[in-house]
Parts: sequence; C-alpha cells; structure tokens
Amino acid sequence: MQSDGHKQPRMNAAIVGVGTLFDTLTLAALPPEDEAIRPAIRQLIADAIADLPSDRRARSWAGFDAAFSRKLGEAGFLGLTLPKAYGGQERGPFARFVVVEELLSAGAPVAAHWIADRQSAPLILNFGTEEQRQFYIPRICRGEFFFCIGMSEPNSGSDLASVRTRAERTDAGWRVNGQKIWTTNAMYSDYMIALLRTSGSADDRHSGLSQLIIDLKAPGVTVRPIMDLAGDSHFAEVFFDNVDLPADALIGAEGDGWRQVTAELAFERSGPERIYSSIILLDAWIAHLRHVGRKDSATLDLVGNFTARLATLRAMSIACTARLAAGDSPVVEASLVKDLGTSFEQELPIAIGADLAAWPDEVVSDDLHRTLAYITHLAPSFSLRGGTREILRGILARGMGLR
Amino acid sequence: MNAAEFIEPFARLMDEVMTPAAVRAAERGGDISSLWQMVQESGYLDALVSEEAGGAGLDLGVVHGLWQILGRRAVPLPIGETMLARALLSMAGQDAPDGPIVLAVMTGNAPVIVPLGQIAQHVLVENAAGLTLYSAASGAPQGTGIYGDLSARFQWDAVSGNSFAKPEAGLRAYAALLRAAMIAGAADELVQRTADYAAQRVQFGKPIGRQQALQQNLAVMAEHAVAARLASQLGCAGGLPISPAAAATAKSVASHAAALVANTAHAVHGAIGISEEYDLQLLTRRLHEWRLADGSENYWNRILGAQRLASAAASVDFVRSALPCAAR
Repeated sequence: MQSDGHKQPRMNAAIVGVGTLFDTLTLAALPPEDEAIRPAIRQLIADAIADLPSDRRARSWAGFDAAFSRKLGEAGFLGLTLPKAYGGQERGPFARFVVVEELLSAGAPVAAHWIADRQSAPLILNFGTEEQRQFYIPRICRGEFFFCIGMSEPNSGSDLASVRTRAERTDAGWRVNGQKIWTTNAMYSDYMIALLRTSGSADDRHSGLSQLIIDLKAPGVTVRPIMDLAGDSHFAEVFFDNVDLPADALIGAEGDGWRQVTAELAFERSGPERIYSSIILLDAWIAHLRHVGRKDSATLDLVGNFTARLATLRAMSIACTARLAAGDSPVVEASLVKDLGTSFEQELPIAIGADLAAWPDEVVSDDLHRTLAYITHLAPSFSLRGGTREILRGILARGMGLR
Repeated sequence: MNAAEFIEPFARLMDEVMTPAAVRAAERGGDISSLWQMVQESGYLDALVSEEAGGAGLDLGVVHGLWQILGRRAVPLPIGETMLARALLSMAGQDAPDGPIVLAVMTGNAPVIVPLGQIAQHVLVENAAGLTLYSAASGAPQGTGIYGDLSARFQWDAVSGNSFAKPEAGLRAYAALLRAAMIAGAADELVQRTADYAAQRVQFGKPIGRQQALQQNLAVMAEHAVAARLASQLGCAGGLPISPAAAATAKSVASHAAALVANTAHAVHGAIGISEEYDLQLLTRRLHEWRLADGSENYWNRILGAQRLASAAASVDFVRSALPCAAR
C-alpha cells in the first residue's frame, strides 16, 4: 500500500523474499509411509515404560537407559536419517519426526542415544572422513556409542566463539587442555564432540575453532557430575589435562569449527523436542480435570488455549522438518519454532500450577504434584539449552534484516 | 493443482485496485460497485464452488492464500465471505445472487454486528431454521458510529425464507477460519512494514532496528505472525466441511497474534502510526476488528477445550487426529 503524497517505506527485498516473511515455513504433512512407523515404535515404548510414573516420564530426555536405547537400535529406530551404508535406515527427517514424537510424548528415557542420534552422527556424516563414518555411525545406529557435546565453558556460554579450551598439534595428533561445563550426559557418554581452539586466541572469535572427537576414557579426562535443582545429575563439568588424541580426532576441516557448529545447531533446534518438554505434565493435568469433572469456562479456555497452540506448534515443527527433508539447514526457521515452542513449554507449568492451586479443595495426586514441581523447576532450562531465547531472537532479527 | 497460478493473478488484481486511496474511499462510504464488478468478473467469488457447478473448485488450502491477500491489502469488500456463501448456497442447490454477501449468526431475534455489513447486498444468516439468505435491507442495517468502520448492526424480527441445513460446525466456524487467514495476511504485512521502518528510522544516531530491545520485540512479533499463518493453514488443511477444531485452532492462535502484532507495530512506529494519513492504521484497526469478529480467542478456546476434555486421548494423539496437517 502506498499512501498518496506521503513517503512510506517500501519493503526491504532481503526481508520480503517472494512476498511472505519466512515463507519457507509452510504447512507440510507427514508422508503416509513415515506415519506407518508409528504403531511399531509405540508398542516398543509401551513395553519399556509401562511402570514409569509421570514424574519419571517427565524427565524423558534426561532419562538415561542404555538398554532401552540399544533396543531402539536393534529395532531400527535410530539413525533414521542416515545412509544404510553406515547402518542407518535411510528414511529421512519425517520418519525421525514420527519416532521422536512418539518417544517424547510418551516420556520414554531417551538420554543415552539422544545427542548421538540427533546431531553427532549427522555431523560425522556431513564433515567426517570415510574412516570416521565407518567407525562411529554404525555403532551410534546400534545404540552402542553415546555422545555428548562440548560447547559451554566456564566463561563461554552464549558467547560460544570465546571458547578457550585448546587442542595443540603434536607429532602423534592433538593434545587438549582446558575445561567444558554444563555438558549434558558427559558422565554416561563414550565420546564428546568438542568445539576447541586450535589456533589464535579467544580474540580471533570465529576463526581458529575446530571440532574434535574426544574419547572420554582417554587418560587426563575427568568428568564431574553437577547436581541440578531437582536433585538429578544430568549435566557435568569435564576437565582435560594434557589429553592426547590421535590425528583423526579432528572432525571436518581445521578452523571450520564455527561453520560446522552452526549447521549442527540447526539439527539441535529444529526437532519436536522443542515443543514437548512439558507434554507429560499437560497430559497429567488433563487426566486430572477429567477425573474431577471440572468444566467451567475458565478451565475450558485454558485447555483450549494449550490445545490450539500445541496443534500449531506441531504444524510448525513439521514445517521445519520439511525444510530438513528438502536438504536445507533451516537455521532461522528452527530458531523461530524453538523460541515459540519453549515459551509454550514454560508457560504450561506456571498456568497449570495457578489452575490447580485455584481449586485447593480438589485432590491432586502425588504423581501430578511431583510432575508439576519437576517441570516448574526445570522449565527455565528449556530456553537455555541449545541457544538462549535472546540469542534465538537475535538470529530472527538478523533474518529480518535488522542486524 | 499449482496454487501459485490462482494466487498470483489475484494478488496482482488486489495490488492494482486495492490501493490505500481506494481502501480509504470505501471506508468513507464511497461507491464500491465498480470495484465489486471487477472482482465479480475475475471469477474468484466462485473459488470454492465445485467445478461441476461452474466454479473453480479450489482446495481450501489454496483459498487460504487468497484470503491472506485480502488481509494483507485490508480489502474493504466481503470477498472471502461471499466465496463461502456462494459455496454453501451452491452445495444446497441454491442460486447465488450477484453482489456482496456477508455472514451472520443470529440467536433468536437479537441484533448482530457484522463486518462490512453496510456494503453488503445480502446476508447469509444462521438461525434456528438453518441457513437463509436475506437481503441486507431486510435486516435494517445501521452503522456503528465507529470511524472508518463499515460493519453494520442487523436485526430481523420475523424470519422466513428458503432455509437450508447449516454445516455441522456452524456458520461461525466458517467465518472464523476466514478471519484467521485474513489476520495472518495482515500480520505478515505489518511485520514486514515494521521491520522495514525500524531499519530506516534513525534515533540516537543509528537505525532503531539496531537496538536489541526492538530486535527482540520484532522477533516475537514475527513469531506470532508466522504462528497465525501456520494455524490458519492448518485450519484450512482439512478442507470442506470445516471442523470446529480446525476453526478453533486457527482463530484462537490468530486472534491472540492479532493484538500482539498490532501493538508492536504501533510501538515501533511511534506517533506517526497513530495518524490517519499513515497507512499503518488501515491494517491495525482491522486486526482488532477481525480478532473479535466471529468469536475471540477465548470463545474458540472454550469450544476446543470442551472437545479436548471429552477425549481420553493423550494430547499429541488428540491433536494428530482432530487437526491433521493434510486433508482427511
């Protein structure tokens, strides 16, 4: 619209694209052949978690169960996006969406294989040597090798480019010194893919960073679990004291670490795990409402609000998956869905707590009470892990041409 | 079907004829008959009428793209409403008259306010008898007294006419889904205009869009505009007949986005956005109107909430079955 005689700004071509903002994010459907996986994965999950109470299931991707992960591997539910030549299923991102949706919505303990399956194996496939692919990927697909990601350091959180942990060239390969922290599942993992400085100093920012695969059983590695506010130890600090690694510990090109990490984060941010973190609580609350038979208009309003947003976020997450399936790296789109998704995940425990305590004469089961407390306490982490809310909004602002 | 071959000509037509000057003229009570004639001749009013009945037989998913354009250009003609009315009339075997048709849900003989009612020639009314097409004049349309507002208050005392069965979800669900798509179109336009303004407007020696506080707000605005788009696309994905869950999801998310997007657009534009002369208000006034028309987010939340609580399914299973991302 142009007003007559009054100068109004025209659209910035970089923002507008073909006329719609972020128009690559558009409704997509799960292909029927991928939907068809659902009954089998559902059965496998039901057998494994039948006896788990809600507050254990609410831990889902903090729930470590190596035997369950191996079972998933045996049944062909890991490595769904990876080539058959490396032990994968060659099914693609939509099949992975179905399996991940089933695992998370049931609250299955997925921590053991989660990071390896989601991002380490695709990273090794994209940037690794043939030898690295042959060695690591089939074992990840079988649920035998578990990975963690070494990004944060004591003085490097959101400002990831400031990492100081160094890998120096030696005659035999690399020597690592320094420290990582807040590393999810480091104490259970076989390997860490770490972002390290291989040249220059922290002032060199994005250049001079590389990714190395560190065998966590190597001499000089110390892993110290950190207890979280719910009494669990899901993350750890990891110390490297003259840790010698072979030359083939380097993944991808030396100095390319930043570019590789950016691609990796698109995998980390684009999955349905960014909308389902509080889903066990939502289901437990709805079961409670049905049990006590509460149907007043405020209750219906809240239930409908959550349901509409859940349906929309799911559609957005599938739309993002469609970008992955098309071979894109949907960095901006994934940030958009993750920020909206984590806001939803964080609002649930606050609103459900307010609702339950607004009816103090209703009996709330111990299980629901514990689930509410657990999700309430952990919810702040939802918008920290995988990139903070403020960082993601900065990425969006860049996508809008503002920076 | 290639959606773009239907959507792009429509976008060009609207860009050409729905200039801000034309929108303002219509809002001030100007004659819209030549505009309407152009739209009528374009054939788009029968977008949802089946091919056998002489229409284009487009999927609702494609029509969503047309509805978004109506929102993006703040079109002051009931084109989307007329598309729906003509499709419903055609399915009932009734001939549709020429001229603009709006949609209204009546309870008893209580008066009802209908967007664009002042320029409608007919109203498709849902009441206890089902759906009936009335002449607009028979409902004694009265303006609301709101500046630039073409909605009208209608009232029918004795109702009679050639009634036919209403769709199962009710006419309000159809109108709500249309509103949701128009909100998505207007919201997208506002995000782009606001981002562009922020990149050009200089204060404190640099574009205000360089301020992190504004960037964060603009990012949230964009998120909600995209959510409105996906929610309304999802609502259209199931096609006709429209389900209550489809309309509820689309309208709940879009109505919530409408207020937030309008607020941020104004906050970033500052005082000029409040002026009549500047085009921003053409879009933000409509966002607020469409947010409330045919049920606000709270209305549709209650509908969807009741359906959800009636089901023993887990939330994800409920959503998968009630709101599929593809045609049922």
